This record gives sequence, structure tokens and C-alpha cells, in this order.
Amino acid sequence: MDIKAYIESGILELYVAGQLSEQENQDIYDLLHQHPELLQEVLEIESAVVKLTAAVSPHAIDFDSFKGKLGLTDTKVVDLKPKKPNWMSYTGWAASILLAGGLLWTLNQKTELELQLQTAETDKQYLETQIEDARTDLAATKNLLDVIRDKDIIAVPLGGQGDYATSFAKVYWNKADNTIYVDAEGLPNAPQGKVWQVWSLTLNPLTPTSLGTIDDFNTDDNKIFTIANANESQAFGITLEPEGGSESPTMDQLYTLGVIDATP
Amino acid sequence: MADLDILVNQFQNKNQVAFKKLYGMYSKSIHGVVYNIVKDADIADELMQDVFIKAWHKADTYSSKKGRFFTWILNIARNAAIDKTRSKAFKQSKQNLNADYFVDIIAGHENLDDSTDAIGIKKFVTQLGEKCKAVIELLYFKGFTQKEASEELQMPLGTVKTRNRNCIQQLRDMVL
Repeated sequence: MDIKAYIESGILELYVAGQLSEQENQDIYDLLHQHPELLQEVLEIESAVVKLTAAVSPHAIDFDSFKGKLGLTDTKVVDLKPKKPNWMSYTGWAASILLAGGLLWTLNQKTELELQLQTAETDKQYLETQIEDARTDLAATKNLLDVIRDKDIIAVPLGGQGDYATSFAKVYWNKADNTIYVDAEGLPNAPQGKVWQVWSLTLNPLTPTSLGTIDDFNTDDNKIFTIANANESQAFGITLEPEGGSESPTMDQLYTLGVIDATP
Repeated sequence: MADLDILVNQFQNKNQVAFKKLYGMYSKSIHGVVYNIVKDADIADELMQDVFIKAWHKADTYSSKKGRFFTWILNIARNAAIDKTRSKAFKQSKQNLNADYFVDIIAGHENLDDSTDAIGIKKFVTQLGEKCKAVIELLYFKGFTQKEASEELQMPLGTVKTRNRNCIQQLRDMVL
């Protein structure tokens, strides 16, 4: 077969134009598979005609504006658009975090409040104790006042002696129940290793009798001490003695001394 | 050809990506062909789209043994456009259909895209002989058979064939 003559006949141009019979089309189809140069010729003819016919068109219409008319948009190519953010998920997470934070805060608040409550409870107990103490103090003071006001009481002022002229004390003696109340607020605190010792005296002859030491002098608040006294005392004295007290008073350590009125 | 065969095969299997590619390759040509027949841009738009919709729905009727895919769809387009010109509504609205050939349309395009092809084609059509213009018009745009063209142009059947060959050869020289 003379390929060149076949091409020159112009049959391939008619083939592209669609003006051949079904049999001729079938023949050419077979020939195109056998002769690549024939196929190349067809491709060039077609390409030229495609360009020529396209040149006649006043404008193009793009595929997207037309495909809607196909009625097959449901099978269109899947767009690789970025996935929309899942706001429900984000909101859920945010809510969870807020809730967790809220719970932690509440827990923290609870612990703090419990601590405050505990502190308040302690304060309350402390205040209750203070009130109790104050009541006790008040009762003691009232009791003391009652004692001092008692018509049977003998008040004995004890004046400062010698170097200790600024010192003073008072003894309230209830002869009915053999008790003395020493108000020693006018005495200084006993130095380390020393205690105050209270003496009952008879004057002729001068005989001291120990009524005991005041061991809790420095820590006592009202400096009033209750001491038993069954003696027929004529005077009272207070000396500073070594811890544990002495048999007889150390006279140069006699701070205060007071004589009982002969006519009570 | 292999690539085109695959594409056409995918198109026949309702692959829209393949359809889009074929549309991109041929839609402007089809539009040009129908526009040359109906001489109305709006009607041509509608016709061209109808042609592709028809091709999509009747894709399984195409066979490469019957001819080129382009030729197949070109045939659908010409028939659709000619049917349109025969409709009563079209005849009434287009009483004074002008007799311009494709060459006059191309030459009349003021705003042809500045591509080399477009410039080459415009140059070609203005230089083309009257006989060439007529042969191409009838065979490719109007779908005349070789015999019909021979009668229309009052030239022997074989002359139509060889003249057409020469005219297309000139076109190829210009645009390819």
C-alpha cells in the first residue's frame, strides 16, 4: 500500500470531517493501527480543524458554569478543601478545661475555708478560755473584795524598812477563820534563787514565826496570797530569803514590817 | 492517541474529570461550529451546552471504530444546530440571517485573544482563496457530504477532495 498516495488523496481530511461511510471509517481505523504515519496525519488534521473552529467562537464557556446542567453534581470530583474546624469539639474541650479548672478552684477554696474555720475554732476556744479566766478572775476578785470588806477583818499596813523604804504591803487578817491575805503588790519580783517569806511576830519578846514562803510570787497576777495563820500575831513582816525559806528571818533582808493595832 | 483513547474510555464510564478534560479540548470548537450556523451567541451557548449534555448521556453509543471522538461530537453539534435553524421559532426570529462564512466571523472578531494561534488563523483566513473558504465551510462547519459540496460548488467530486486536502494543508502550515 502506498501510504503517501493514500495521504495525498485527501481521504483523511474527509475522515476527520465525518464525511465517510461506516465501512470507510472502519477501514481507516484499522489502517491507523498499522501505520503510525497515518495516525500522525489524522492527529494534525484534527488539531488544525479544532483550532480553526475554535477561532470562530466569540467566547468560551467554562466547564464549571455548565456542569450544573448535567444533573450529576452529586458525583463531582471531591474537593480537597481543608476540613472545617470542628467547633463542637473545640467548645466541648474548652468547657471541660473550664470545668476542671473550676473544680480545682472550688477544692482549693474548700481547703482554705476549712483551714479558716479551724483557725476560727481555735480562736473561739482561746476566747472561751479567756472569758472563763476572766470570770474566774472576777469571781476571785469579788471574793477578795468580800473578804476585805468583812467586818471581822483586820487590815495591817506593812511599811518599807531601811534600804527598802519604797516597798510596802498589806495584810488582811481574818481571825475568825485564821487566814491572812497578803497584798504584796508593793514588793519587787524575787530575784533568781530567792523567795519572799512571810513572818508572824510577837513583840515582847520579839519572836518570829514563819508563815511560809510565797513560791509563786513572780507568776501571780494580783499579788494577793492567802496564808493560814493560827498565831496570836502582833506584827507581820516579809523578808527575802534563799529558796526554800529560812528558820529565822534574815533581818537585813526585811523589806516590810507592820504592827497590828492594839485595839482592833 | 493512546491518551485520548483512555480519556474517552473514562468519559464513557461517566468519569467527570475525563469529561471536563474533553470539554476543555473541544467546547470552544463546538461553540464555533454552532455559532457559525445559528449566528447568535446566546443560542450558540445553549446549543453547545446541549451538545455536551447529549454526548455525556449518549457516551456509550460512541466507538472509536466509527471515527474520531472529535468528529463524533462535531457531528452531534452540526445536527443540533441545523435542527435549531429549522425550528419555527428560530426562523421567525432570524428572518434576515446573514450569509457570512466562518472566515467573515473570524475576520470580524475585534477581540480575538492575542495567542499565536488566533493571530495565525486570522491571517490565514484573510489570505485563503474563495474556493478554500467555501470547501472548509461546507465540509467542516455545515457538514455537507463530498457529493453535496461538489454540487454546491459545481466542481468534480475528486476536486473537492484534493482541494480540501490542500486547504487543510495550508491551515496546518499556519497554525501547527
